[in-house]
Amino acid sequence: MLSRVADSLYWMSRYLERAEHTTRLLDVNLNLMLDEGPTSAERRWQRVLQALGRPKDIEWAGDPYALTQSLIFETGNKASILSCIISARENSRHVREQISTEQWHRLNSLYLQVTGPEMQNHRQGALVSGMAQPTEFLQSVMEAVHQFQGVTDSTMNHGEGWQFIQVGRYIERASATALLLEAYHVDLWEHPERIAEGNEYLDWMGLLRSATAFEAYCKVYTADLTPDRIFEFLLLDEEFPHSVRFSIDSLQCALEKIQGDSGKYRAEALRRLGGRLQASLNYSSVDEILNQDVVGYLKSIQAQCRSIHETIYELYVDYSIQAALAG
Amino acid sequence: MHPAQSFQFEQAALKNYLLDHAYDEMFSGPGNLHPHYEPLLEHFAALPSDELQRRKQAADLSFLNQGITFTVYGREEGTEKIFPYDLIPRIVTAAEWATVEHGLTQRITALNLFLKDIYNEGRILDDGIVPREVVYSCRHYRRQMAGLQVPRNVYIAVCGTDLIRLENGEFVVLEDNLRVPSGVSYMLTNRRVMKRIFPQLFRSYNVRPIEQYTQLLLGTLRSLAPEGRPEPNIVLLSPGVFNSAYFEHAYLARQMGIELVEGRDLVTHDNVVYMRTTNGLRRVDVIYRRVDDDFIDPLAFRGDSILGVAGLFNAYRAGNVTLANAFGTGVADDKALYAYVPDIIRYYLSEEPVLKNVETFLLTRPKERQHVLQNLDKLVVKAVGESGGYGMLIGPQSTKAQQDEFARKIEADPRNYIAQPTISFSRAPCLIGDELEPRHVDLRPYVLYGDKVTIVPGGLTRVALNRGSLVVNSSQGGGSKDTWVLSQ
Repeated sequence: MLSRVADSLYWMSRYLERAEHTTRLLDVNLNLMLDEGPTSAERRWQRVLQALGRPKDIEWAGDPYALTQSLIFETGNKASILSCIISARENSRHVREQISTEQWHRLNSLYLQVTGPEMQNHRQGALVSGMAQPTEFLQSVMEAVHQFQGVTDSTMNHGEGWQFIQVGRYIERASATALLLEAYHVDLWEHPERIAEGNEYLDWMGLLRSATAFEAYCKVYTADLTPDRIFEFLLLDEEFPHSVRFSIDSLQCALEKIQGDSGKYRAEALRRLGGRLQASLNYSSVDEILNQDVVGYLKSIQAQCRSIHETIYELYVDYSIQAALAG
Repeated sequence: MHPAQSFQFEQAALKNYLLDHAYDEMFSGPGNLHPHYEPLLEHFAALPSDELQRRKQAADLSFLNQGITFTVYGREEGTEKIFPYDLIPRIVTAAEWATVEHGLTQRITALNLFLKDIYNEGRILDDGIVPREVVYSCRHYRRQMAGLQVPRNVYIAVCGTDLIRLENGEFVVLEDNLRVPSGVSYMLTNRRVMKRIFPQLFRSYNVRPIEQYTQLLLGTLRSLAPEGRPEPNIVLLSPGVFNSAYFEHAYLARQMGIELVEGRDLVTHDNVVYMRTTNGLRRVDVIYRRVDDDFIDPLAFRGDSILGVAGLFNAYRAGNVTLANAFGTGVADDKALYAYVPDIIRYYLSEEPVLKNVETFLLTRPKERQHVLQNLDKLVVKAVGESGGYGMLIGPQSTKAQQDEFARKIEADPRNYIAQPTISFSRAPCLIGDELEPRHVDLRPYVLYGDKVTIVPGGLTRVALNRGSLVVNSSQGGGSKDTWVLSQ
């Protein structure tokens, strides 16, 4: 597969995953803020910004709808949902002949929907003035991304290209979930002994829902929410598709397939990096992690994701021609 | 002008159907249908108007969702447009097609021999059939190609020739496109949409299929692979996603199952071309290139090009990679050279041209120049190296100021222009709102030349959708429609 194609598929997938994550985070928080007083608003939205990695040029200015407006529609901001969808679609356009027609249709329709004339109102600030509700829009974006993933799995060859899509999705998801936990860390362990009630309960439910994890959590642990279990579930659960461990397992699986496909003996560095992270998640208990520097641990997961990204680039995309000819 | 009002079907839908001296594809005279258009008109007359509109919307949506778009240069947002599309097919009879096919085969064979000749012995120049200065002064002449052997002596692997019909219905050649002709994907997708929107009508007509085009193209490219490369790696080289024909590049690559590459995907080493893959470098044998000569190799041609591949020309020269089309084919579709094509056909094939040329005045000849300058309001003037409808003066539709401007340009550089009579090329019925109205059309069949010449029965019929307009280019308000070549 062409290196450029792998690069585009990878980013298409990452951008969509990012768009979905941002969308869900906004949806959950817009919903939860209806139940709380104005005093804690700042804290909530600061936390949202932190969970999104503090996007450049976006600041909390006191109005949740203004913030939502810029996180959704500000095309000048690379992290906005609109920017992510445009970038994902642009990447897919570069590899139009590599993805299935169904995938292209789904993604292109989403793009046309969010950039089309019906969105004109939204872009001109209808959210801020209360002239429009974001919920429907956010729901439709999430649905579209889910449909895209389904169409991808059912219409595209599960060959190398598909594996790069998996890599993009799971590397993004692992870092996003780690970042989400980091953003909530302070609030979760403010009163670690107490069973959550009222707004706090809602808040923790919000954390789980931000990773589509609430129902899945309840199935495992019932509706009793405790910080340790939430942490364990989002970080270490083996079967939940948004947990960090599940993401890294899937990432590692896709990377191994790619190494197999392209017969890479030089993939040793990548194998080591991925394996180390995977082992740490597979063989650590939640107590061990909680007994050490939790934030440090979460940060190190993100750092390892970044090194995996860089190594993938050195190996498959941005390698030197001299080395390739010699090898 | 007579409205075609005596026709009995749906008179309301035809009330703006004007007939004049231009050849009409549907009517042979007021009230007289060409027989091959009868079932079509009957079918459309029987459809309620809202049903017709519904189908039109379905077709539009299908184009948009499939991303069948072209890029309009120079605007930031909304730069992708769907190529306007007309629902009424253009019908070509089996007999008409036989002439077209014969004529195009003859023409491309002769032009290919011409290219081989001028880049090697130059017999036709020695014999004075074509003046040397016409060839050497051509912007697309590539001296780097002199003496170079190309596989199977095929310079023009893919060509799209623009045909128009004169007032008597005769097909003539308006332009040869021998460099990187585009539009074939519209031919293929138009057909796909038409089959979906009008299945019964299509079935009743015995239309010859065109879907085999991509396979034929692949076969053509494979037949041109360098020797000793039995399993050639064939790629399509595109300037990238910002090119107006990018949709087509992606479409063809996908349909052929070959890699779509950009300049940055290719590297050369020791005169061998490689592409960069996730599994390291892989050798490339045949490049179906959709990048102009000028931009393809910054070392050999324009140094400021970022679309090309440094060292590609040397690899080509060394015979390690085939390019289709070859470099320097543009000399044979230069508009001044066009005037010599009938003589070129006679010279190499000892045959009379089957398809005539449009009468052309060469402005380097003083007498013809004088005539043209005196009749600028009646003639069409074209810059020789331009395409896409740019750099043109259409006399009857121009202002005095534009004519004066062209007169100055011609005086300053007569070699750069030619003039032709303003031809009212034929008109075909189009759906404009709820009514059928005639619009000017041309026809671009696609000719493939590998181990033999192949033409799929059909082509891109381009339509000048603005009433009265003669410009069919998509960049200038043109659209297209499906072309049905009948099997009998």
